[in-house]
Amino acid sequence: MSHTTMNLNLKVWRQKNANTPGAFEMYRVENISDEMSFLEMMDILNEQLITTGGEPVAFDHDCREGICGMCSMYINGKPHGPWQANTTCQLHMRAFKDNDTIVIEPWRANAFPIIKDLTVDRSAFDRIIQAGGYVSVNTGNAVDGNTLPIEKAKADEAFAAAMCIGCGACVAACKNSSAMLFLSAKVSHLALLPQGGPERKTRVTNMVAQLDKEGFGACTNTGACEAACPKEISIANIARLNKEYIVAGLTSE
Amino acid sequence: MTFKQMFTSSVGKKLVMGFTGIFLILFLIVHAGLNATIWANDGGLMFNKAGHFMGSNAVPRILEIGLFLGIFLHIYQGYLLTLENRNKRAVGYAVSYDKGSKWYSRSMAILGTLILLFLIAHIYHFWTPSRLGGIGSIQPLGEVEHNGVILHNLYAEMDIVFTNPYIVVLYVLACGSLGYHLAHGFQSAFKTIGVHNKKYHAMLTSLGYGFAIFIPLLFALMPISFYFDWIK
Repeated sequence: MSHTTMNLNLKVWRQKNANTPGAFEMYRVENISDEMSFLEMMDILNEQLITTGGEPVAFDHDCREGICGMCSMYINGKPHGPWQANTTCQLHMRAFKDNDTIVIEPWRANAFPIIKDLTVDRSAFDRIIQAGGYVSVNTGNAVDGNTLPIEKAKADEAFAAAMCIGCGACVAACKNSSAMLFLSAKVSHLALLPQGGPERKTRVTNMVAQLDKEGFGACTNTGACEAACPKEISIANIARLNKEYIVAGLTSE
Repeated sequence: MTFKQMFTSSVGKKLVMGFTGIFLILFLIVHAGLNATIWANDGGLMFNKAGHFMGSNAVPRILEIGLFLGIFLHIYQGYLLTLENRNKRAVGYAVSYDKGSKWYSRSMAILGTLILLFLIAHIYHFWTPSRLGGIGSIQPLGEVEHNGVILHNLYAEMDIVFTNPYIVVLYVLACGSLGYHLAHGFQSAFKTIGVHNKKYHAMLTSLGYGFAIFIPLLFALMPISFYFDWIK
């Protein structure tokens, strides 16, 4: 494939902090290689801003290989940009054409307050995990793995749910700012395995309670979350979460 | 978890929507089935007898209270959830994300409101004169006698109401709203109450689309049949 470069117009959301109202700013970047990742293009914009005495655009990023869940831009009306099953860091500039205008916004949800520019505070997810997204392990000798047989199909399904990197694209995509896809992935991957069994009722009860405390919306099954998820977490997990919740509600003391 | 917690959390509020939604789906089957007797072509005798049974027997009258409670709960909770969900994003997007979901799945509140507006007209047209006719200034329905039993002539009332083309159009449009509301609501309700198994999901999705087409079509054909004098 031949290598091309492009010039782009960027419409970027700039906001000093959570308490100051933000606004869009227009920037022009030139000679952008189509082989660059989106974040490399943002790095060039920031270097340009620093050389000209401007304030660089704050954005979240860490591993830059699509597995950490830190990058979080809402690009041209879709979380993580136009490609399917993809994170912003793995979005490459060949997705765009010369002279395109790219609109870059932060995740928008009250539960994800803006820290600065495109960086949002996603610690609500950490608190939801802390409420029950784990298996309590008593200390002692490690048990032999083969003592707990797990059906292959179930293990695969649990693994597919465990793929969730907690990036928050589901919340960003949902018209209700609902975090149900995230929560359902975290509940499902443990509900599908025998290790998750003993704490299943308290887990779902406490995690839903924490989710509500954080101010996320309710799920209306539109499917936007599933379509935007970089890890293709299935919306069927939300139905499984609901089942776990009903069983916990009906059978708890 | 107490029952109060269970039904007032974000998942719980949806459970109320799902359960009442499924209850209303069942009601639609009964309603469409009973109304289909207008096509018996017996001058409305079977239909009026069915209407008489629904109005005079204790069982449907008690179920009717449940129906009104179910409708009220579905509407109240629906609006509450819509408002709550809307308030979760103070600053909206410049470019909205509408590719990942169907327009009607995002428009349940508007479709529901259209159905509610229709329901008010519909109750005023038939339920009020039949149940409350004679009270105050409410005009009672005409009556017919069959084997010594006085029946409300709901069939004649339909014939009168559906001579007005605007009302026929209103009813047909409402059936369209109902169809789209069901196209999302039917399968969504089952997901909400926890049906996640792939085989049931595929079955319920197809069944939901079928139901969303068949039932509203059946209802829409009723005013159309009267307007065009297809039934005698």
